[in-house]
Amino acid sequence: MAGAGQGADLTSLTAHDMGIGLRAGRFSSRELVSAHLDVAERQNQALNAWLAIDWEGALAQAYAADARLAAARADGSGRPRAVGHHPLLGVPVALKDLISVRGGPTTAGSRILEGYLAPYDAHITERLRDAGAVILGKTNMDEFAMGSSTEHSAYGPTANPWALDRVPGGSSGGSAAAVAASHAPLALGTDTGGSIRQPAALCGIVGMKPTYGRVSRYGIVAFASSLDQVGPFARDVRDAAMLLHAVAGRDERDATSAPVAVPDGLLALPDDDAAATILRGKRIALPREYFVAGMETGVEARVREAVAALESAGARVEEVSLPHTEYGLATYYIVAPAEASANLARYDGIRYGRHVAADPPDVLANYLRTRGEGFGREVKRRIMLGTYALSAGYYDAYYLKAQKVRTLIKGDFDAVWSAGFDAIVAPTSPSVAWPFGAKLSDPVAMYLSDACTLPVNMAGLPGLSIPCGLSDGLPVGLQFIGGPWQELELLRLARGYEAITATADWRGARPTSFAAADDSAVPSPAERVRR
Amino acid sequence: MSTQAPARPGSATERFELVVGIEVHCQLRTASKMFCGCSTDYDGAPPNTHTCPVCLGLPGALPTINRRAVEHVLATGLAIGASVPSATRWDRKNYFYPDLPKGYQISQFELPLASAGHLTFDTSDGPLTVRIRRAHLEEDTAKLIHAAGPTGERISLIDFNRSGAPLMEIVTEPDVRSAEAARRYAEELQLLLRAIGVSDADMERGQMRVEANVSIRPRGTEALGTRVEVKNMNSFRAVERAVAHEAKRQAAALDAGEPLSQETRGWDDARRATYVMRSKEESHDYRYFPEPDLPPLRTDSAWLADIRGRLPELPAARRARYRDALGLSAYDAAVIVADPTMTAAFEAVRAAGPDLPAKELANLVTGEYARLARETADRGPEGLVGRATPAALADLLTRVVAGSLSRTNAREVLADHVRTGEPIGAIVEREGLSQISDAGALGAAVDAVLAANAAAVADHRAGKAQAIGFLVGQVMKATRGQANAAMVQSALRARLDAGGGPAGA
Repeated sequence: MAGAGQGADLTSLTAHDMGIGLRAGRFSSRELVSAHLDVAERQNQALNAWLAIDWEGALAQAYAADARLAAARADGSGRPRAVGHHPLLGVPVALKDLISVRGGPTTAGSRILEGYLAPYDAHITERLRDAGAVILGKTNMDEFAMGSSTEHSAYGPTANPWALDRVPGGSSGGSAAAVAASHAPLALGTDTGGSIRQPAALCGIVGMKPTYGRVSRYGIVAFASSLDQVGPFARDVRDAAMLLHAVAGRDERDATSAPVAVPDGLLALPDDDAAATILRGKRIALPREYFVAGMETGVEARVREAVAALESAGARVEEVSLPHTEYGLATYYIVAPAEASANLARYDGIRYGRHVAADPPDVLANYLRTRGEGFGREVKRRIMLGTYALSAGYYDAYYLKAQKVRTLIKGDFDAVWSAGFDAIVAPTSPSVAWPFGAKLSDPVAMYLSDACTLPVNMAGLPGLSIPCGLSDGLPVGLQFIGGPWQELELLRLARGYEAITATADWRGARPTSFAAADDSAVPSPAERVRR
Repeated sequence: MSTQAPARPGSATERFELVVGIEVHCQLRTASKMFCGCSTDYDGAPPNTHTCPVCLGLPGALPTINRRAVEHVLATGLAIGASVPSATRWDRKNYFYPDLPKGYQISQFELPLASAGHLTFDTSDGPLTVRIRRAHLEEDTAKLIHAAGPTGERISLIDFNRSGAPLMEIVTEPDVRSAEAARRYAEELQLLLRAIGVSDADMERGQMRVEANVSIRPRGTEALGTRVEVKNMNSFRAVERAVAHEAKRQAAALDAGEPLSQETRGWDDARRATYVMRSKEESHDYRYFPEPDLPPLRTDSAWLADIRGRLPELPAARRARYRDALGLSAYDAAVIVADPTMTAAFEAVRAAGPDLPAKELANLVTGEYARLARETADRGPEGLVGRATPAALADLLTRVVAGSLSRTNAREVLADHVRTGEPIGAIVEREGLSQISDAGALGAAVDAVLAANAAAVADHRAGKAQAIGFLVGQVMKATRGQANAAMVQSALRARLDAGGGPAGA
C-alpha cells in the first residue's frame, strides 16, 4: 500500500503524467489505483460520488496493466511499443453508473435497477479494457440522467468538493466530483442536455460532449436516444482528449455511431508554449442569446474576461445571434421526455431489477407497483410529460412541432459555421454550484440551469466546458461549441485558452473542502440535506 | 322472453354482403433475428437459449438492422406490384406486455417498405384481385406459456427465443367478399411468399398468422358494418370456416336485432365457432414515434433492381404461361404451380425434353409423379424426387408418347426405377415391356390369332360384339402385353371387315 504522502502526490498528477510515470516504471498501476481508491473510499462518506468502488476488479486490472507495462519495458526500448499500448494503459478511470460493466451493478441511479448485474460490457467499457485503463468503480448520478444536480439519485445526492453543502451539478455529478476531488484523474459521463459540461463547470474541471454519433451508445442505459452522448471528464484538456481518443469511433452495434475516423491528433495536443499560439487568427462567435436573464453577474464577468483573454491571444471574437435559442428548453423538454417514456418502458421488474409484486399478482397491478415504487419523482414527471407529448391528438402539436424547431435550432448553428467561424464561445451554466435543495421544488428553475448547454445536444454538436475562474470562490465554466466532428479543433482551442491562462491566480485553486471531506465523522450529503 | 324476428325474404347471404380485410403476419426466412445476431433456428430449442442483450431488452442494448429481412419485404413489395419509398424509417409502437421486453415494438408506421400492391388469384367465382394496402417489417414478440406453479397457482413463463424474430405484416384493403376468397387469398399469398423464398409460411407452425377483419352490410349499401377481428386460425380451411361462421353469426345477430360490438374473436376449430377474446377493444394509443436508435434506410434504385433481378417467375405469371404458351388447362396449371414439387418436376423435365407435349407432361406430373412423390416422400434421396432425374422422366415420357411403352407399363417402370434406381431403358429391356407398334410385327401376330381362333371369328361375323375383345386379348397374350392395344384393335377390325381370314374360310 502506498504511503499517504506518495498517494497524495500520485492522485494530483494528470493522467498524461501518470502514463509517463507508469511507462518509465516510476510507480506501478497498482500503486496508482490503490492511492486513488484510498482517497475515494475515505471521502465517499462526505461526497457520495461513488455508488460502487470495485477494489477487487480494479486491482486485478492494475496487475494486468503492470504486467503489460513490464513486458513493454523488457523489450529493451525502455518504452512500450507503439502498437497495442494506449497511453491510458494502467491509468484509473471512473464510470458513470449507467455504463454497463460485465458482472457489475449498473443502477443508473435508480431504485428500479437495484440488484441488476449487467451481463455484458458496453462498447466503451470494451474499449477501455483494450486500452488497459483501470476501471475503479461506478459514480453517482441523477436517476436515469434526469437532472442537473445529482439530487435526483435514488442513492442520495453527491456533494461538490468545492463546498460540501452545494450540488456538483448533474446528471453526471458523481463523475465530476470524483475527478475534481482527485479520486480519479479521468471519468466518463453522458450528456443529454448538459450532463457532462454543466457538472464540469460547477466542479471546476474539463468536460466534453462529443458530436452525436462519435461515441457508441451500446451498453449505455438510455435516457433520450437522439441526444445522449458519452464523453470525458478530466482536470485538463489534454487528459480529456486522451480519454475521448480511447472510447471514440464507429461501433457496428450502434447504428447511430458514425464511421468517422478518430484523429490521432487527440493524443498530441501541444504543450503550453505551442498551445498559446493556437488562438491567433481564430474566428470565434459569441452568441448574445446565451447571456440569459438571471445569469449570475459573477459568471458573466468571468466569461467576459475569458473572451477578452481569447482576443488578446489573437482570436477574433464577434457577437452573433442564435435566434431560436429561446425555444431550446421547451423543445428539449418535449423530445427528451418523449424518447425517455419509451426507453424506460422496459423497466418492469420481470427480467431484471427490482420487482414489487402486487396482491393479487395481476399483470397491470405488477407493472404499477414495480414502476410506482421503482421510479423517483423526476423520472415519473418526465415519463408523464413524454407520454402526453406522444399521445394521439397531441403528437403533431408537440413532438412533431418540437422536431421542426429542433431543425431550426440546428440551422442557427449551421449559419455560424457557414459564416466561417471556428467555434462558438459561451457560458456553460448561468450560475455556480447552488446549495442543496435550492431548485429541488421548482423543476423549471432546475431545467433552466441547462439553457446554455441543451441547444448543443439538439443540434448534435460537440461542446466542452473548461474552468475560467471563480465566482464567490466557486468555479465558473466557459463553453466552447464546434461544428460536427470538430472535437480536435475544439480541444485545441480549449488547450490554447488553458495555455494563456496557465499562470492565472485562479488556475491553481483547488477544491477547498478536502480537509472536511477527509473527516470520517463528516455528515453525508443526504444527512446535510436533511438538516 | 324471446322476440320472434320478423320473417325476412331471402337467405342471409342474399341479403347481406360480406366484407373482409385480411392481415397476415409471417416470419421471414433469415439466419438471424431482426435487430440482433441471435439465430432464428430456435424451433425445438430449450427456452431462452437464443437470446442476447438486444432481444432481451436489457438496459443499454441497441438494435441494428437485418438487411436480409429488409430485402425480403422489398422482394414481396416488388412481387405484389407495390410502391417502395426511396427512404424508409422505423417507428416505436408503445405498449406494455410481458412478451414485449422493451415495452415497445420496433415497427413501421408512416413509411412501410411496400404500399399499394395487389394480388390476383382464381376463385370458384372467377379471378379476383385484392388490393394490398401495405407490407411492413417489424419484430416478433416472445412466447408466453401459461402453466400451473408448484402449488397449483397460475403462472406465466416467458420464452424469449422468438423475441425479435423478423416479422412481415401484410394488410389488404377490405376487398374480400366471401369466405372462400379469404382462404384463397391466404393460399395464394403463401404460394407467393414461398416462391420468392422470403418465408416458409407454415400456418401450423405459426410462421404465417392470418387475421380476418370481418363485417357485413345490407346488400346495396356502402357504409361498412361493425368490424370483428378474427384470430387463431391455424389452417386455410380454418380461415374459410371462421369467416363463414362469423358472417353467419353476424347476420343472425342483426336479424335478431342485436347490436354487434367491435371486438376480437378467436376461432375454435374443434367447436367450429368463434368466441370473444377481448369483448370491448381497449382503445390502444400506441404513441408511435420515429425510432431514434435507427437512422432512416435508403432504398436506392440499384438495390431494388438487384432484388427485382433475383425474383423468380411468380406463380401468377407461371400459371399464365402454362395456360397461354403451353396450352395446359387452367386447372392443370393451377395444380402444378400450387405445388413446388410438381412445379420443379414440370420445369426440369421440360428442360430435359423440350419437345415433349406439355399436356402429356402435365398428366404425368399431376398424376403418377405426384402420387409416387407423395408415397415416397419419407425416403428422401431414395424416394421419387431424389431418384428420378429429369432425364429419366423425359426418357419415360418419350417412350409413352412414341407408343413404345404403354401407359400401364410406364407406371410400373417408374415405380421400379424409384425402387432400384436402374435406368428406364434397362427396366423396359429387363421386363420386356417395350410396346410393339410396328404394323408388320403386329400383323403377323394378328394373323396367327385369327387363324387359331376360327370360332371367335365366326362369332364376330355372327354379330357377337364381345368376340373382338377376346381376340384382342389373345394378341396381347401372344405378345406378352407388348402390343399396342389400339393398333391391335384396328388391325383386327380391318382384317375381319375385309372379310378375310388368313386361312381360307
